[in-house]
Amino acid sequence: MTAVRAPQAWSVRVRGTVQGVGFRPFVHRVATGLRLDGEVRNVGGEVLIRVGGPEQAVARLIEALRAQAPAAARIGEITVTPDGAAPPPGFRVVASADTDLPQGFAGLPADLAICGDCLDELFSPADRRYRYPFINCTACGPRATIIDSLPYDRQRTAMAGFPLCPRCAAEYRDPADRRFHAEPVACPACGPRLTWRAGGRTATGEQALTVAAAAIAVGRIIAVKGLGGYQLVCDATNAAVVDRLRRRKLRPRKPFAVMVADLAAARALARVDPAAAAALGGPERPIVLLPARLGGALAPSVARGLDRIGLFLPTTALHHLLLHDLGRPLVVTSGNRADEPIAIDDAEAADRLAGIADGFLGHDRPIRARYDDSVVQVVAGSARLVRRARGYAPGALTLPVPARKPILAVGAQLKNTFALARAGQALIGPHGGDLADADSLAAFEATVAQLCRLHRCEPEVYAHDLHPDYLSTGYAQRMATPPRRVGVQHHHAHVVSCAAEHGVDGPFLGVAYDGLGFGDDGRFWGGELLLSTYTGFRRLGRFGTAPLPGGQAAVRRPARMALGYLYGGEFPVPPGPVPALLHRMPAAEQALIRRMIERGVHCPPASSAGRFLDAAASLLGVRDDAGYEGEAAILLEAAAHRAGGRPEPLPWRITRIGGLWVYDWSGTLGALLERGAAGESADDLAAAIHRTVIEVTVALCTRAAERTGVRTVCLSGGCLQNRILATGLSDALSAAGLTALLNRQVPAGDGGISYGQAVIAAARLAGDG
Amino acid sequence: LGHGAGGRLSAELIAGVLVPALGSAADRGPLEDAALVRMDGTDLALSTDAYVVDPLFFPGGDIGALAVHGTVNDLAMRAAMPVALTLAYVVEEGLPLADLRRVTASAGAAAEAAGVPVVTGDTKVVGRGAADRLFVITAGLGRRLPGAAPSAAGARPGDAILLSGPLGCHGVTVLSTREGLGFEVDLASDTQPLHRLVGTMVAAGGDAVHALRDPTRGGLAASLNEIAVASGVGAEIDERALPVPEPVRAACEMLGLDPAYVANEGCLVAFVAPDRAEAVLTAMRARPEARDAVRIGTVVPDGPVVVRTAVGARRVLDMPLGEQLPRIC
Ligand SMILES: [Fe+3]
Ligand SMILES: [Mg+2]
Ligand SMILES: [Zn+2]
Ligand SMILES: [Zn+2]
Repeated sequence: MTAVRAPQAWSVRVRGTVQGVGFRPFVHRVATGLRLDGEVRNVGGEVLIRVGGPEQAVARLIEALRAQAPAAARIGEITVTPDGAAPPPGFRVVASADTDLPQGFAGLPADLAICGDCLDELFSPADRRYRYPFINCTACGPRATIIDSLPYDRQRTAMAGFPLCPRCAAEYRDPADRRFHAEPVACPACGPRLTWRAGGRTATGEQALTVAAAAIAVGRIIAVKGLGGYQLVCDATNAAVVDRLRRRKLRPRKPFAVMVADLAAARALARVDPAAAAALGGPERPIVLLPARLGGALAPSVARGLDRIGLFLPTTALHHLLLHDLGRPLVVTSGNRADEPIAIDDAEAADRLAGIADGFLGHDRPIRARYDDSVVQVVAGSARLVRRARGYAPGALTLPVPARKPILAVGAQLKNTFALARAGQALIGPHGGDLADADSLAAFEATVAQLCRLHRCEPEVYAHDLHPDYLSTGYAQRMATPPRRVGVQHHHAHVVSCAAEHGVDGPFLGVAYDGLGFGDDGRFWGGELLLSTYTGFRRLGRFGTAPLPGGQAAVRRPARMALGYLYGGEFPVPPGPVPALLHRMPAAEQALIRRMIERGVHCPPASSAGRFLDAAASLLGVRDDAGYEGEAAILLEAAAHRAGGRPEPLPWRITRIGGLWVYDWSGTLGALLERGAAGESADDLAAAIHRTVIEVTVALCTRAAERTGVRTVCLSGGCLQNRILATGLSDALSAAGLTALLNRQVPAGDGGISYGQAVIAAARLAGDG
Repeated sequence: LGHGAGGRLSAELIAGVLVPALGSAADRGPLEDAALVRMDGTDLALSTDAYVVDPLFFPGGDIGALAVHGTVNDLAMRAAMPVALTLAYVVEEGLPLADLRRVTASAGAAAEAAGVPVVTGDTKVVGRGAADRLFVITAGLGRRLPGAAPSAAGARPGDAILLSGPLGCHGVTVLSTREGLGFEVDLASDTQPLHRLVGTMVAAGGDAVHALRDPTRGGLAASLNEIAVASGVGAEIDERALPVPEPVRAACEMLGLDPAYVANEGCLVAFVAPDRAEAVLTAMRARPEARDAVRIGTVVPDGPVVVRTAVGARRVLDMPLGEQLPRIC
């Protein structure tokens, strides 16, 4: 007779973000506390726990995996299976081996902001790491920015040149210690050291920090070597120095991000709701765009004319020390000029930032990879990425259809990111800026090469935009020819990026509202309604077209766009009052632009929602020239937020042209001018035009849903970073009985294009059978 | 076909359709302005070109002068002096005879000024709509100067990049005249023959003159990219050194064009070994065609063609597709 014996050991597999976040020491602590036997190890991108002991204790361990996981961990699926004989007594952490390299991409963790425990030590005079700027533990510190190769171990990082002192070595080896296998572990005795250089003067260590803080205090601009690149730092309350930074950085109007010491300091400058507070304090530590408080302490030129301010909390101990010692908000912006990539190399930074920074606060730990600060905003209750970089990249997202071959999706031209797809995952590279900048282009190629090398991933298929002159397209064309090269329409990529994030199954409606993207008919699109799958799409509707007088010149000068709509659009604007714009704009310029429109000289037409909003911004007198990308539309949104009450929407019409539903905006613009001439404020009309676009979109989607039976709408494109449109459209579409989805993990703007391209290329490969 | 503006589309048309169809005879290394033919121990250069321009007449020139200069210059870019030209017309029915006379007189005067005889010709009249007023087809035969062998594939890292004259005059003048934009009152096409200039350059630089190109369609950007690709090198250009006349700059700003992509008909870009660059530049400046010649940049081992802007940024100056399309989202 054999009794059925209860199993004595279990195998527990944990999926999610569980590597490089202190997960194994955490498991060790809990298991040891519960007197369980066994071991924990990294296998592939997952954590495998073999555990023996009383069933109840094992159940509590599994409970704790979710409930008490380290802040930076994201627990996905946990599977438990009975597993043979009981393990030997004791609980061990098993080091990762080269053979454990994952098939996906989970082995390369993103950087983590300093954790609460390290922060306590940083400011405890008794601690041996008191005021040590490079303090970290398994729950925090640099990751992606210091890694040379995988698996992630100290000797394969920028820390290899810093041999551990005996005390750090002991912590590093002790499974019960918070610093067990904290690869960048360091202390004043053995770790990196600060340096200060200004003119001929130098200082090191604590003195470097003191001098740097003093320089900021007296109104200097300093370059600080951050995690993923140099940053430019100055006093955000000092108008003169902020203006000086604008002049030197060649950035006249685009808002600066401001770092504050803590949530209380953030609340003094902005309204922080719970979702925003969570985003601010998260281990990714992004810049969060927040509604600015009137009468805050910031210099007005930090974000002139805007009702929003980008705030973030200190990322590293070094930032904490600066904020603590200075006791005021600081402008912290990327260390570069205009469109150049952020500097990471010390010599390069010294050279490039020489004309901007009055001094350099650096250190001797090299930066291995360029990661700019990330930007999020809270829209419709969730934090959504605007710029995906430090803290998020190079994290991987799921592919709805697994990639049968390794794919490199090269992204768009501006706000470029790339995506590397393999098996079920797409790794999204960090934000890389405008590829027309030669250094950004070189950085793009270098980062692609680095991430491919780290993951031993040799792309076999290249996905790219249809725009023939994007430099990313050019790169793909140099690397491969069809069928190894897959062209993806810009707006298809936008809406698929949203659908794939949500794991949408089956066909969906895609609303892509952005500036310009190359259509599959060789024309410029940007106000599109698509019936889409992961492999293809059919265009169902669009905005009416208008010419861009002077192409890119019209993007930079919305006033030109306004003339495009008034004099060359697909629909004639009804005669009415003379737009005030025509009194502002030089007569010679007006005459020339009208002639260009008439003769079709360098006037490509576009069906763009972004350009339509630009034109409206100019017609309302909100902005005639864009000082930075999207400025007019951003100011139009700011104006709409100032509106009193709920101004009546403007009239609109949907007409049928060439089998498409087309938004005829002529009545909208006619009424906009009429109501403006009758004295209605620009703010109210800005709100009205937003409401109009929402009404039109709901009407388009409702018709499409009736016709196709498809009721899920994925909203993407740069215009969906407009909060009024994003929230307004979600609400209105839901009210109309449709399911509306927005991007979260990748930007709705062109930073999300690469993910969409990767998803589409993977799906098409699968479809090829 | 949308392949007219002399950028990547025409390059693709040539590489993808024309060269393969012509077989191995056409596939002899990089695409050059003129082909070399060796006959009885003499190095000859042969070039042919078809000219279509709207309008036929514009400030500074007309299609006749343009045809002569274009072919003389194509020969000159291989360091060949013109020996003889041919001239053929395709005339649309209805073209005023006076126009044809005027074009022919202009072509004759241009040939005489260039010191090259027009040795034969042909005229075909086609029905209305079968041609646009007047097309001009030329061929040119040249004799190679001894001592220099400039080739599109000849540029070397370290070479100085020299430009013989101001940018953008021709393209802006023609566009403005055609569309009635008004800029043409301050501007004229730069169309002129460059062979004597090349003679001077070769005398001063000899085999240090590695590559020559006249930046016609697609402008300076196309020429630099063509040479860079054919030579397997990169280039770095200093924007502040680019000679862009004020009326061209103003017109380009208004029209949303980049002067580096606008066509020229009377200047050349030269890639010269660094030790002879100064001598060549001095010799260039002594000629009226190149009074304002400047050094605009340097050949680098690899990477794209890059322009260092006035504020120090490094912008990629890539091969245009055709028209200049906006790339901003
Ligand atoms: Fe876009
Ligand atoms: Mg030619
Ligand atoms: Zn920590
Ligand atoms: Zn130590």
